Amino acid sequence: MKFLLLFIAGGIFSSALVLSEMTKPEKVRAFLDFTGNWDPSLLFVLGSAVLTYGVIFRVVSKTPKPIFESRFEVPQNRKITPKLLIGAAIFGVGWGLSGLCPGPAFAAIFASKGIFTFVIAIMVGMGLSNIIEKFKRAEDIASEL
Amino acid sequence: MNILTLIIAGAMLGVSVGLVFITVGKVAGISSIANGALARNPQQWKLAFLLGLVACGGLLFAFFPSSFSQPDLSNSGLIIGGLLVGFGTRISNGCTAGHGICGNARFSKRSILATLTFITTGALTVFVGGVL
Repeated sequence: MKFLLLFIAGGIFSSALVLSEMTKPEKVRAFLDFTGNWDPSLLFVLGSAVLTYGVIFRVVSKTPKPIFESRFEVPQNRKITPKLLIGAAIFGVGWGLSGLCPGPAFAAIFASKGIFTFVIAIMVGMGLSNIIEKFKRAEDIASEL
Repeated sequence: MNILTLIIAGAMLGVSVGLVFITVGKVAGISSIANGALARNPQQWKLAFLLGLVACGGLLFAFFPSSFSQPDLSNSGLIIGGLLVGFGTRISNGCTAGHGICGNARFSKRSILATLTFITTGALTVFVGGVL
Protein backbone atom coordinates (compact mmCIF):
# COMPACT_ATOMS: atom_id res chain seq x y z
CA MET A 1 0.00 0.00 0.00
CA LYS A 2 2.79 2.38 0.98
CA PHE A 3 4.72 1.48 -2.17
CA LEU A 4 1.64 1.99 -4.35
CA LEU A 5 0.80 5.41 -2.87
CA LEU A 6 4.35 6.66 -3.29
CA PHE A 7 4.45 5.26 -6.83
CA ILE A 8 1.24 7.22 -7.57
CA ALA A 9 2.77 10.36 -6.02
CA GLY A 10 5.71 10.02 -8.42
CA GLY A 11 3.28 9.51 -11.30
CA ILE A 12 1.31 12.64 -10.40
CA PHE A 13 4.59 14.57 -10.29
CA SER A 14 5.66 13.62 -13.82
CA SER A 15 2.10 14.07 -15.17
CA ALA A 16 2.12 17.64 -13.85
CA LEU A 17 5.48 18.34 -15.47
CA VAL A 18 4.25 17.02 -18.82
CA LEU A 19 0.95 18.93 -18.54
CA SER A 20 2.78 22.21 -17.93
CA GLU A 21 5.41 21.35 -20.57
CA MET A 22 8.22 21.67 -18.03
CA THR A 23 9.60 18.60 -19.83
CA LYS A 24 10.58 21.03 -22.58
CA PRO A 25 13.94 22.52 -21.59
CA GLU A 26 13.52 25.50 -23.92
CA LYS A 27 10.39 26.52 -21.96
CA VAL A 28 12.29 26.46 -18.66
CA ARG A 29 15.17 28.41 -20.19
CA ALA A 30 12.66 30.95 -21.50
CA PHE A 31 11.52 31.49 -17.88
CA LEU A 32 15.12 32.31 -16.97
CA ASP A 33 15.50 34.66 -19.93
CA PHE A 34 14.43 37.81 -18.06
CA THR A 35 16.07 40.21 -20.48
CA GLY A 36 14.86 38.40 -23.61
CA ASN A 37 11.57 36.81 -24.58
CA TRP A 38 10.48 36.05 -20.99
CA ASP A 39 8.00 33.18 -20.50
CA PRO A 40 6.38 33.40 -17.03
CA SER A 41 4.79 29.89 -17.21
CA LEU A 42 7.05 28.39 -14.55
CA LEU A 43 6.10 31.14 -12.12
CA PHE A 44 2.43 30.08 -12.22
CA VAL A 45 3.35 26.41 -11.86
CA LEU A 46 5.71 27.05 -8.94
CA GLY A 47 3.35 29.53 -7.27
CA SER A 48 0.42 27.15 -7.41
CA ALA A 49 2.58 24.25 -6.18
CA VAL A 50 3.84 26.29 -3.20
CA LEU A 51 0.29 27.38 -2.28
CA THR A 52 -1.12 23.85 -2.54
CA TYR A 53 1.70 22.24 -0.58
CA GLY A 54 1.61 25.08 1.95
CA VAL A 55 -2.03 24.27 2.76
CA ILE A 56 -1.48 20.48 2.84
CA PHE A 57 1.64 20.88 5.00
CA ARG A 58 -0.11 23.05 7.59
CA VAL A 59 -3.22 20.86 7.82
CA VAL A 60 -1.32 17.56 7.94
CA SER A 61 1.20 18.89 10.50
CA LYS A 62 -1.68 19.16 12.98
CA THR A 63 -2.39 15.42 12.75
CA PRO A 64 -0.51 13.16 15.20
CA LYS A 65 1.61 11.30 12.66
CA PRO A 66 2.02 10.34 9.01
CA ILE A 67 0.21 7.17 7.86
CA PHE A 68 3.22 4.87 7.61
CA GLU A 69 5.78 6.39 9.99
CA SER A 70 5.80 7.27 13.67
CA ARG A 71 6.54 10.98 13.23
CA PHE A 72 6.95 13.85 10.78
CA GLU A 73 10.51 14.78 9.81
CA VAL A 74 10.85 18.40 8.83
CA PRO A 75 14.34 19.82 8.26
CA GLN A 76 15.39 21.76 11.38
CA ASN A 77 18.56 23.25 9.95
CA ARG A 78 18.18 27.06 9.95
CA LYS A 79 21.79 28.00 9.24
CA ILE A 80 22.60 29.93 6.11
CA THR A 81 25.93 28.40 5.15
CA PRO A 82 28.30 29.10 2.26
CA LYS A 83 27.68 25.50 1.23
CA LEU A 84 23.97 26.19 0.74
CA LEU A 85 24.58 29.25 -1.42
CA ILE A 86 27.50 27.82 -3.42
CA GLY A 87 25.56 24.61 -4.08
CA ALA A 88 22.46 26.51 -5.18
CA ALA A 89 24.61 28.74 -7.42
CA ILE A 90 26.24 25.70 -9.06
CA PHE A 91 22.85 24.05 -9.55
CA GLY A 92 21.52 27.23 -11.16
CA VAL A 93 24.34 27.28 -13.72
CA GLY A 94 23.58 23.68 -14.72
CA TRP A 95 19.87 24.47 -14.80
CA GLY A 96 20.34 27.56 -16.96
CA LEU A 97 22.70 25.72 -19.29
CA SER A 98 20.35 22.79 -19.87
CA GLY A 99 16.85 23.93 -18.89
CA LEU A 100 16.56 20.73 -16.85
CA CYS A 101 16.32 20.24 -13.11
CA PRO A 102 16.16 16.77 -11.53
CA GLY A 103 12.35 16.29 -11.74
CA PRO A 104 11.86 16.91 -15.46
CA ALA A 105 15.12 15.10 -16.26
CA PHE A 106 13.88 11.91 -14.59
CA ALA A 107 10.39 12.28 -16.06
CA ALA A 108 11.91 12.58 -19.54
CA ILE A 109 14.65 9.98 -19.10
CA PHE A 110 13.18 7.81 -21.89
CA ALA A 111 12.45 10.73 -24.20
CA SER A 112 15.93 11.03 -25.69
CA LYS A 113 19.46 9.73 -25.48
CA GLY A 114 20.59 13.24 -24.55
CA ILE A 115 18.40 13.39 -21.44
CA PHE A 116 19.44 9.87 -20.48
CA THR A 117 23.07 11.05 -20.62
CA PHE A 118 22.10 14.10 -18.54
CA VAL A 119 20.51 11.92 -15.83
CA ILE A 120 23.60 9.70 -15.66
CA ALA A 121 25.69 12.86 -15.22
CA ILE A 122 23.34 14.02 -12.42
CA MET A 123 23.89 10.74 -10.60
CA VAL A 124 27.68 11.01 -11.04
CA GLY A 125 27.56 14.59 -9.72
CA MET A 126 25.61 13.44 -6.68
CA GLY A 127 28.00 10.55 -6.14
CA LEU A 128 30.94 13.00 -6.22
CA SER A 129 29.34 15.26 -3.64
CA ASN A 130 28.61 12.23 -1.43
CA ILE A 131 32.28 11.20 -1.61
CA ILE A 132 33.45 14.72 -0.72
CA GLU A 133 31.01 14.88 2.21
CA LYS A 134 32.30 11.56 3.49
CA PHE A 135 35.90 12.81 3.39
CA LYS A 136 34.91 16.04 5.12
CA ARG A 137 33.08 14.19 7.85
CA ALA A 138 36.10 11.91 8.41
CA GLU A 139 38.30 15.01 8.61
CA ASP A 140 35.95 16.69 11.11
CA ILE A 141 35.99 13.60 13.30
CA ALA A 142 39.77 13.39 13.05
CA SER A 143 40.19 17.05 14.06
CA GLU A 144 38.01 16.50 17.10
CA LEU A 145 40.15 13.60 18.34
CA MET B 1 -0.24 28.16 -22.81
CA ASN B 2 -3.42 28.50 -20.77
CA ILE B 3 -2.81 29.90 -17.26
CA LEU B 4 -5.44 27.59 -15.76
CA THR B 5 -3.54 24.56 -17.08
CA LEU B 6 -0.36 25.85 -15.46
CA ILE B 7 -2.14 26.41 -12.15
CA ILE B 8 -3.67 22.91 -12.24
CA ALA B 9 -0.25 21.42 -13.04
CA GLY B 10 1.25 23.33 -10.10
CA ALA B 11 -1.50 22.10 -7.78
CA MET B 12 -0.75 18.54 -8.91
CA LEU B 13 2.91 19.04 -7.97
CA GLY B 14 1.76 20.29 -4.57
CA VAL B 15 -0.53 17.28 -4.13
CA SER B 16 2.28 14.93 -5.14
CA VAL B 17 4.77 16.23 -2.56
CA GLY B 18 1.85 16.59 -0.12
CA LEU B 19 1.13 12.89 -0.52
CA VAL B 20 4.70 12.13 0.50
CA PHE B 21 4.24 14.23 3.64
CA ILE B 22 0.91 12.57 4.48
CA THR B 23 2.23 9.03 4.00
CA VAL B 24 5.84 9.06 5.25
CA GLY B 25 6.06 12.52 6.84
CA LYS B 26 9.10 13.56 4.83
CA VAL B 27 10.04 16.44 2.57
CA ALA B 28 9.97 15.30 -1.04
CA GLY B 29 12.85 16.74 -2.99
CA ILE B 30 13.60 15.03 -6.27
CA SER B 31 17.35 15.48 -5.78
CA SER B 32 17.22 13.83 -2.36
CA ILE B 33 14.95 11.07 -3.70
CA ALA B 34 17.33 10.43 -6.60
CA ASN B 35 20.31 10.50 -4.27
CA GLY B 36 18.49 7.99 -2.08
CA ALA B 37 18.66 5.51 -4.93
CA LEU B 38 22.47 5.64 -4.64
CA ALA B 39 22.40 4.64 -0.96
CA ARG B 40 23.55 1.19 0.07
CA ASN B 41 20.15 0.50 1.64
CA PRO B 42 17.76 2.69 -0.36
CA GLN B 43 14.60 3.76 1.44
CA GLN B 44 11.62 2.02 -0.08
CA TRP B 45 9.49 5.17 -0.37
CA LYS B 46 12.18 6.97 -2.38
CA LEU B 47 12.47 4.09 -4.84
CA ALA B 48 8.67 3.87 -5.21
CA PHE B 49 8.38 7.61 -5.92
CA LEU B 50 11.26 7.59 -8.39
CA LEU B 51 9.85 4.54 -10.15
CA GLY B 52 6.43 6.20 -10.46
CA LEU B 53 8.03 9.39 -11.77
CA VAL B 54 10.12 7.58 -14.40
CA ALA B 55 7.45 5.03 -15.42
CA CYS B 56 4.68 7.58 -15.77
CA GLY B 57 7.00 9.96 -17.63
CA GLY B 58 7.93 7.17 -20.03
CA LEU B 59 4.28 6.25 -20.59
CA LEU B 60 3.33 9.88 -21.26
CA PHE B 61 6.21 10.19 -23.71
CA ALA B 62 4.78 7.22 -25.63
CA PHE B 63 1.42 9.02 -25.96
CA PHE B 64 2.46 12.68 -26.13
CA PRO B 65 5.95 12.84 -27.62
CA SER B 66 5.41 16.45 -28.65
CA SER B 67 5.31 17.50 -24.96
CA PHE B 68 8.99 16.59 -24.66
CA SER B 69 12.14 17.98 -26.16
CA GLN B 70 15.86 17.78 -25.70
CA PRO B 71 18.23 20.54 -24.59
CA ASP B 72 20.04 22.21 -27.43
CA LEU B 73 23.44 21.03 -26.20
CA SER B 74 26.32 18.86 -27.35
CA ASN B 75 27.11 15.67 -25.46
CA SER B 76 29.79 17.40 -23.42
CA GLY B 77 27.34 20.21 -22.63
CA LEU B 78 24.80 17.66 -21.39
CA ILE B 79 27.41 15.97 -19.22
CA ILE B 80 28.66 19.25 -17.73
CA GLY B 81 25.07 20.42 -17.12
CA GLY B 82 24.11 17.16 -15.41
CA LEU B 83 27.23 17.14 -13.24
CA LEU B 84 26.54 20.70 -12.07
CA VAL B 85 22.89 19.92 -11.32
CA GLY B 86 23.72 16.71 -9.43
CA PHE B 87 26.64 18.18 -7.49
CA GLY B 88 24.98 21.53 -6.75
CA THR B 89 21.67 20.12 -5.54
CA ARG B 90 23.41 17.73 -3.18
CA ILE B 91 25.67 20.24 -1.51
CA SER B 92 22.78 22.68 -1.12
CA ASN B 93 20.39 19.89 0.01
CA GLY B 94 17.65 20.58 -2.49
CA CYS B 95 16.47 21.47 -5.96
CA THR B 96 13.46 23.16 -7.52
CA ALA B 97 11.21 20.70 -5.65
CA GLY B 98 12.89 20.44 -2.25
CA HIS B 99 13.73 24.13 -1.86
CA GLY B 100 11.51 25.60 -4.58
CA ILE B 101 8.23 23.96 -3.54
CA CYS B 102 8.55 22.32 -0.11
CA GLY B 103 10.96 24.70 1.59
CA ASN B 104 9.37 27.88 0.29
CA ALA B 105 5.92 26.65 1.35
CA ARG B 106 7.27 26.27 4.90
CA PHE B 107 8.80 29.78 4.67
CA SER B 108 12.23 28.27 5.27
CA LYS B 109 14.82 31.04 5.06
CA ARG B 110 17.38 28.58 3.69
CA SER B 111 15.06 27.53 0.88
CA ILE B 112 14.03 31.07 -0.02
CA LEU B 113 17.70 32.07 -0.30
CA ALA B 114 18.59 28.92 -2.24
CA THR B 115 15.71 29.52 -4.67
CA LEU B 116 16.71 33.14 -5.25
CA THR B 117 20.30 32.01 -5.77
CA PHE B 118 19.60 29.31 -8.35
CA ILE B 119 17.14 31.48 -10.26
CA THR B 120 19.76 34.26 -10.34
CA THR B 121 22.65 32.09 -11.55
CA GLY B 122 20.29 30.28 -13.93
CA ALA B 123 19.20 33.60 -15.43
CA LEU B 124 22.81 34.80 -15.63
CA THR B 125 23.79 31.59 -17.42
CA VAL B 126 20.99 32.02 -19.98
CA PHE B 127 21.95 35.68 -20.41
CA VAL B 128 25.65 34.93 -20.92
CA GLY B 129 24.77 32.07 -23.30
CA GLY B 130 22.65 34.47 -25.34
CA VAL B 131 25.42 37.06 -25.58
CA LEU B 132 28.13 34.58 -26.58
